[in-house]
Amino acid sequence: MTRTVRTRTRRTGRIPIGLLVPAALGLVFLVLPLVGLLVRTPWSTLPQRLTEPGVLTALRLSVQTASLATLLCLVLGIPLAWLLARVSFPGRRVVRALITVPLVLPPVVGGVALLLVFGRRGLVGSWLDSTFGITLPFTTTAVVLAEAFVAMPFLIIAVEGALRGADTRYEEAAATLGAGRWTTFTHVTLPLVAPGIAAGAVLCWARALGEFGATITFAGNYPGRTQTMPLAVYLALETDLEAAIVLSLILLTVSVVILACLRDRWISSS
Amino acid sequence: MKAVRLLAAVTALALLGGCADDAAAPPAGGNGIGGELTVFAAASLTESFTRIGRDFEAAHQGVQVTFSFAGSSALATQINQGAPADVFASAAPAPMATVTEAGNADGEPATFVRNQLVIAVPQGNPDRVTGLSDLTRPGAKVALCAEQVPCGAAARTVLDAAGVALTPVTLEQDVKAALSKVRLGEVDAALVYRTDVRAADAEVDGVEFPESAGAINDYPIVLLKDATNKPTARAFLEYVRSDTGQAVLTEAGFQAP
Repeated sequence: MTRTVRTRTRRTGRIPIGLLVPAALGLVFLVLPLVGLLVRTPWSTLPQRLTEPGVLTALRLSVQTASLATLLCLVLGIPLAWLLARVSFPGRRVVRALITVPLVLPPVVGGVALLLVFGRRGLVGSWLDSTFGITLPFTTTAVVLAEAFVAMPFLIIAVEGALRGADTRYEEAAATLGAGRWTTFTHVTLPLVAPGIAAGAVLCWARALGEFGATITFAGNYPGRTQTMPLAVYLALETDLEAAIVLSLILLTVSVVILACLRDRWISSS
Repeated sequence: MKAVRLLAAVTALALLGGCADDAAAPPAGGNGIGGELTVFAAASLTESFTRIGRDFEAAHQGVQVTFSFAGSSALATQINQGAPADVFASAAPAPMATVTEAGNADGEPATFVRNQLVIAVPQGNPDRVTGLSDLTRPGAKVALCAEQVPCGAAARTVLDAAGVALTPVTLEQDVKAALSKVRLGEVDAALVYRTDVRAADAEVDGVEFPESAGAINDYPIVLLKDATNKPTARAFLEYVRSDTGQAVLTEAGFQAP
């Protein structure tokens, strides 16, 4: 491993200063805010702050909803990714563009849109309310939906990339050996792209964990039911900067650990 | 009459501005009033301060007022973290206190208006809400502000004093967010300020309730220590507290201090 790196450096010669300086500045720009958070963390009171009931409640809710959202994304996202990668149908480009919209959409806008569809007066929501007496806003389900809406593109893009990179000859071989389409999918395709799915799921989970805008707009904010960590951070900022820093630190730690574990897989699968 | 009063106010402000010996005075027509002014103001002041800002610009040529409207506590945090602002208008004394205690105010804050809570309900009051106790009816969905922001603190005081055990479906991050949940029809009621209901005239009705007298919010305003445009900032403070400024605020539903 070390040897390959060394030979590559030798071949390209010295790194041009015109690249090194902006690269270093870019790194500093991205890392410095995180350092700022660490510097201002009240380390002495950290343990007792972490065990405050509000913090644990918000963290537990965040982990639960992000996991459920990821599950939902897997169930709906993998078939969608498969469709995009393996079937050519009219309007595929449009579908792919639509799927990636939540990536660039301001999450608050996503929250408003969800409210207009699944809210008590919404397109689907009013029907749910009048037929089943179900209202989604201000429930934990709403948090899961908001997180899934924002995070699903991450999963779909990762899985679609893996499917496109996978060798289709295995699937063809399975088909010629008499395997049905479903069997081929479950026994050949899925194991083949498993690393891609894992990478996408982890990224999806991390994104769901950090979701703020759509959640506060669509699900509201109530401790234990809809108040996730990012919402707790925002409200803590109103009164207690140190509490906000501590909560931010927890989210940062979780995100960094997740992404660090993911890095190699992400690269190799795409 | 109005013109005369305006002229008097302008002259007074001109004299006031002339007395100010601020080194960073912007270039202006002799009285030091001009240039850009940045005002951080509570979300509940959005409509009235926007209008006052326009009037103030009209009265002082060359002045450009920029507002940042948000929850008072968030604004206070931003100011204490060094956000560039000339004036801070808070919806309650507590966020103002965090600014003054951090030594970021120039002089004492002055209360310029007061605001009272009402129950915001959809237009026509379909659930026939007449008071606080109606909000605890089974199945009633109520939005409150989080206790960390002034409207939430006021709501908590009122509910505790009235002995009403109310479980809201959500604790919103500012008063406008609580009101918008009523406008969208997602909740049946919300405790917001009278001024917010008046600003959302067409879509919501306000139900007054006697207990709200127990938690009237004082709105303090102050000149900030790091203001870059102090003469204009002082003129703006005077303008807000002048009869012209107060008339706009009263019309918006605020009470005189």
